Amino acid sequence: MKANCWYGKTTLSVEDVPDPQILNQRDAIVKISSTAICGSDLHLYNGFIPTMQRGDILGHEFMGEVVEVGREVSNLKVGDRVVVPFPIACGNCFFCKEKMFSLCENSNPNAWMAEKMFGHAASGIFGYSHLTGGFAGGQAEYARVPFADVGPIKVPEHLSDEQVLFLSDIFPTGYMGAEMCDIKPGDTIAIWGCGPVGQFSIRSAFLLGAERVIAIDEVPERLKMAEDGGAETINYREESVYERLMDMTGGRGPDACIDDVGMEAHAPAMVEIYDRVKQAMMLETDRPHALREAIMCCRNGGVVSVIGVYGGLIDKFPIGSVMQRSLTIRTGQAHVQRYMQPLLQMIENGDIDPSFVVTHTMSLDDAPHAYDIFKKKEDNCIKVVLKPDWNGNGAAKDDNYTVIH
Amino acid sequence: MSTNQQTGTFDRVVGARPGLPSTSAKRLAKGLGWFSVSLGLAELLAPRAIASLSGVSNKHTGLIRLYGLRELASGIAIFSQKKPTEAVWSRVAGDALDLVSLGVACTAPDAKRGRITFATANVAAVTALDVICAMQLSNGKQGIHANASCVVNRPLEEVYNFWRDFQNLPRFMRHLDSVVDIGEGRSRWKAKGPAGMDVEWEAMIVADVPGEVITWRSLENSDVDNAGAVRFEQAAGGRGTIVKVNFEYQPMAGVLGATVAKLFGEEPNQQLDDDLRRFKQVLEVGEVVVSDATLLGTGYMAQRPARPAAASELEGAEMLPSETATNYGSEERRSEGRII
Repeated sequence: MKANCWYGKTTLSVEDVPDPQILNQRDAIVKISSTAICGSDLHLYNGFIPTMQRGDILGHEFMGEVVEVGREVSNLKVGDRVVVPFPIACGNCFFCKEKMFSLCENSNPNAWMAEKMFGHAASGIFGYSHLTGGFAGGQAEYARVPFADVGPIKVPEHLSDEQVLFLSDIFPTGYMGAEMCDIKPGDTIAIWGCGPVGQFSIRSAFLLGAERVIAIDEVPERLKMAEDGGAETINYREESVYERLMDMTGGRGPDACIDDVGMEAHAPAMVEIYDRVKQAMMLETDRPHALREAIMCCRNGGVVSVIGVYGGLIDKFPIGSVMQRSLTIRTGQAHVQRYMQPLLQMIENGDIDPSFVVTHTMSLDDAPHAYDIFKKKEDNCIKVVLKPDWNGNGAAKDDNYTVIH
Repeated sequence: MSTNQQTGTFDRVVGARPGLPSTSAKRLAKGLGWFSVSLGLAELLAPRAIASLSGVSNKHTGLIRLYGLRELASGIAIFSQKKPTEAVWSRVAGDALDLVSLGVACTAPDAKRGRITFATANVAAVTALDVICAMQLSNGKQGIHANASCVVNRPLEEVYNFWRDFQNLPRFMRHLDSVVDIGEGRSRWKAKGPAGMDVEWEAMIVADVPGEVITWRSLENSDVDNAGAVRFEQAAGGRGTIVKVNFEYQPMAGVLGATVAKLFGEEPNQQLDDDLRRFKQVLEVGEVVVSDATLLGTGYMAQRPARPAAASELEGAEMLPSETATNYGSEERRSEGRII
């Protein structure tokens, strides 16, 4: 089969690899119809996540058709159309029973690596380094899906791939980012980052009852998409985020802040140079500018929700501000399995149509080019969907979308 | 518990005499310590007698006293250290100095060569003992110890019963090929060695308190002297069962010793930890979970790229579920139904 393989920093190759097969009795093999590139894939692409190995298949947002099931999988059958959640979770351990699926104790065979780095290991993840298990990813024609009796969700035929694909990650992730804010009616929520996850946080915050959502970014088309979702926007290249937010909230600050950026934040020049130098010298692994600013801006007693991905250590963390002002920090990889069914219901009800975020649809063969424009934010790229059997026809749902091919 | 405690390995693992290792290397070290102290005192207090005994000139009593101080220091160091590796090596260095001094003394015009030769032979014999002892201590001859624990989200009785059936151990202990119950609390263990070298030994259950503890050790004259203990505790709040395992083995010399050492790896704790993770997987999810990267093992060196393996590669895989006869607990998991 064809698969998008990692060969080092910004080096990808779509090549022929062996087809996957059932290795555990609770596995299923899925023939992939659509797979997306996640913002967190760029951390791998840019070489910021350790324990990658040459030849690793990337991708953790995918869906398709079940073509084979293991002996122990009784809820799925060949031919089912499913979306696969990015965390791999067994459903039997303490954390799965508590519905904290991204903390599954049994799905990461390389847990010892993660324990050395983080103290404890979290779940396995598709195509996301050996630290999270070393599972082949879904930017391929087929994928082996462990614990297929727990993770994948069947989706109805009348919904398009683009409408349901993002149940695999960015919709639940954006939603959990907003849910962790404990939004009450009338709340003002500030969101750092208007990438795909940020876009879903904006819409989820409104769905959860926020009155105002203020979104922060620098990329015009992303700010535009945020405004389309009902958010007010701040371009941090043009004005001070802190001053503008205080101005908008009468000096009190937003009730909750969401960091939808993570470890590769961009910032006004001096701060960014400081963090880039420290990152390059291995004095910190992550550039936490968005997180620092979210903490400083949040109102007293508010919640800072961290859903952007961090991988290691940061410098100049304003713990004094957190403690002195009774802030609550909530964080985690999304417990996707917890959200798939209710969010699918919202899609069916027409409360939200996740396909709004797609700007590019391409063939799997074009994955290296797709990563390149996504990283550089060229061609107004916000979200790329890759299709293994894409022939370039009928791609555009709308004239606003750019079609490559 | 049994009172059968002839091996130091067993003592430490089952905790009958914690902190009191009694290996031959440590006993030898103590003997050498006493030797150091007595010789040191003799050299300090009666340097003339020592000079005369070893056939060296009376003019060197000052030097002999100095050597006596050195001997005393070595002796005190041996007794003051828990594992006196450095102190015994310091004796080896002292021996070398003694031998050189005797060699120099031999060339003196007034040297009594017969006595010097006799003294040299004695020092050489002690040197040999010192070297053996120091090497044994440096090699970790007192046994390689591993311990690890995990929480299994299953009832205590089930967890205990699964372990008590030793024939289940190869399902999660990567280096074990088979364990066969041969009756009367005895079992025959077979481990996969590198390069097709298999290692076998027999073990007996030493103590077995249902739901609390199982201890076992290899029988006397086994190729691999080893012992293990596993304890079971109810986790607080009824949140499953805590399993704590201690394991120890004595490495031996020779090819077999090297093979066994490779089996247990350079990080025995890590390996036992990984075994326990697989134990938990079998009990909780029914089988050992594998990823593309870990088909050949979970260590750094064993990692494959995260991509499907070709059929030819799968043949070399160590632990595929196809080798697992049944998916443990399958019926029960089904009756619990899907969780989401």
